[in-house]
Amino acid sequence: MTADITASSAADLSSALQSGELSSVDVTQAYLDRIAETDATIGAYLHVDAEAALAAAGAVDAARATGEELGPLAGVPLALKDVVVTEGVPTTSGSKILQGWRPPYDATLAARLKAAGTVLLGKTNMDEFAMGSSTENSAYQVTRNPWDTDRIPGGSSGGSSAAVAGGLAPWSIGTDTGGSIRQPAAVTGLVGHKPTYGSVSRYGLIAFSSSLDQAGPMTRTVLDAALLHEAIAGHDPLDSTSIDSPVPVLADAARRGAEGDLSGLKVGVVTELGGEGHADGYDAGVLARFAETVALLESLGAEVRQVSCPAFDLALPAYYLIAPSEASSNLARFDGVRYGVRVGDDGSRDLDEVMALTREQGFGPEVKRRIILGTYALSAGYYDAYYGQAQKVRTLITRDFTTAWDDVDVLVSPTSPTVAWSIGARVDDPIAMYAADLCTLPASLAGVPAISVPCGLSEGLPVGFQVMAPALADDRCYRVAAALEAAQDAARGHTFLAGMENTPS
Amino acid sequence: MSTPSPKGQLTRDEVAHLAHLSRLAVSDEELDLFAGQLAAVLDAVAQVGKADVADVAPTTHAVPMTNVMRPDVARPSLPRDVVLAGAPAAEDGRFRVPRILGEEA
Repeated sequence: MTADITASSAADLSSALQSGELSSVDVTQAYLDRIAETDATIGAYLHVDAEAALAAAGAVDAARATGEELGPLAGVPLALKDVVVTEGVPTTSGSKILQGWRPPYDATLAARLKAAGTVLLGKTNMDEFAMGSSTENSAYQVTRNPWDTDRIPGGSSGGSSAAVAGGLAPWSIGTDTGGSIRQPAAVTGLVGHKPTYGSVSRYGLIAFSSSLDQAGPMTRTVLDAALLHEAIAGHDPLDSTSIDSPVPVLADAARRGAEGDLSGLKVGVVTELGGEGHADGYDAGVLARFAETVALLESLGAEVRQVSCPAFDLALPAYYLIAPSEASSNLARFDGVRYGVRVGDDGSRDLDEVMALTREQGFGPEVKRRIILGTYALSAGYYDAYYGQAQKVRTLITRDFTTAWDDVDVLVSPTSPTVAWSIGARVDDPIAMYAADLCTLPASLAGVPAISVPCGLSEGLPVGFQVMAPALADDRCYRVAAALEAAQDAARGHTFLAGMENTPS
Repeated sequence: MSTPSPKGQLTRDEVAHLAHLSRLAVSDEELDLFAGQLAAVLDAVAQVGKADVADVAPTTHAVPMTNVMRPDVARPSLPRDVVLAGAPAAEDGRFRVPRILGEEA
């Protein structure tokens, strides 16, 4: 199985580990070898600690050898987006301002995954503070899409997407504020799920926009996503927005969905997201794959109808007011006093000046733009017209969802209007960059769960299909995505990722 | 921000002022770049003004929760040396900071 380890699903690795067919050291070493071979090209990781990974893998193998009862995830390697705080392991959030910082504690989700026995391979590249859709805003390096290394891997969780698509990790954690799990998953051919807001703890995630940020799985299969989501979900008293309700049953929903029967399921196709009169900026190939996938849902028994959500037209402007406003406040903590970098403290400058110099040199241009925009939107005289108005639009978007749920069980759309674009094509045009989030923003603003599942190729590059569900009904996303995945895999005779040509080496 | 400029416009001076409020020592080149880019972004986001929001309450948060309580029990905090190990400068078991008042104070 060694040759297949880096192409395997995490669920298959878990079975092989439990049966003793593979050891965790075997699996971990296979991934470390693959990272050593290909990451100079891909640039997925900001930090890899082979020694620590092999030690953790060895400890799992030793425990298993003594007959200790271990959970299903024990020994399975994993990559974490560098926004997740990890005790003693460098954590930068893609920013120079945190260069060299080794956090003194673990994020709740990192602690849960550690307790489950997963093996941390490393921390993945990202747009600085998760602000971006291409990972080009990282202060450290460019990350390349394994499908075509001249193209972006999406963002902001682009290191996580490239790692999993390129065989440099079996699965990974991303975070999604406006689409940063779903869009990179879509453009690299992965499954990516943004959980219901409040269902995965934000404790220890470096905050960007606190009313929107959610962590979730980025994986090769729908079942893997469900398994990883179950492992990180659940109430956390350390996050005051954490929902105190039982961990949802998701893996079973994925298994049931894979049986392929969607009879009785009511599906709404959102007109405003690529439908008639709203197709500007969408690739024809993306819309064609989307239409074919909607037809596939019908053939599996789903009832499909058009649903209009007029307020979704304003999701992009509302998001790009709300997120920068919250960011301008959240990023005030990076003042060069308690952690991270300090610049200009030569005895001649006072605190204000040192702070301004630290932030000038520590932050990249997109972070600065958003801090300035957020400061503007929150300032007296502008607050009502911008931030206040955006929050009311957020209410309208939530109302559109609530109205839709009277008639349908899930809403669907393309995940992103285009396939992966060429590296550099949008770096000087923030508006063009923001357009990549057009379809993912409504679910973010309303806090509802949404999944992206591969639905074919356009121009030889992956296209994602988005399934949105009511709050706390994440299981519906998994059920529908698993049905689509199973039907498409059966039709093409192999998994989606197995169709990647010119695997980078 | 004493005199609001017309909607959708952000002058170079305003960007400089906002940068100062945000404790960002931006360069002249950045000011030139950001003023143009932010004007375009502001123009795009100003579309929120199109929405009819009479009688619509703002949404601050997707989950309607208020005043989340936990038992008032003291828990150990992180050890001081562990916290200070991550600081850019420490002295006598404390964060060392640049002077906070001007020379003449």
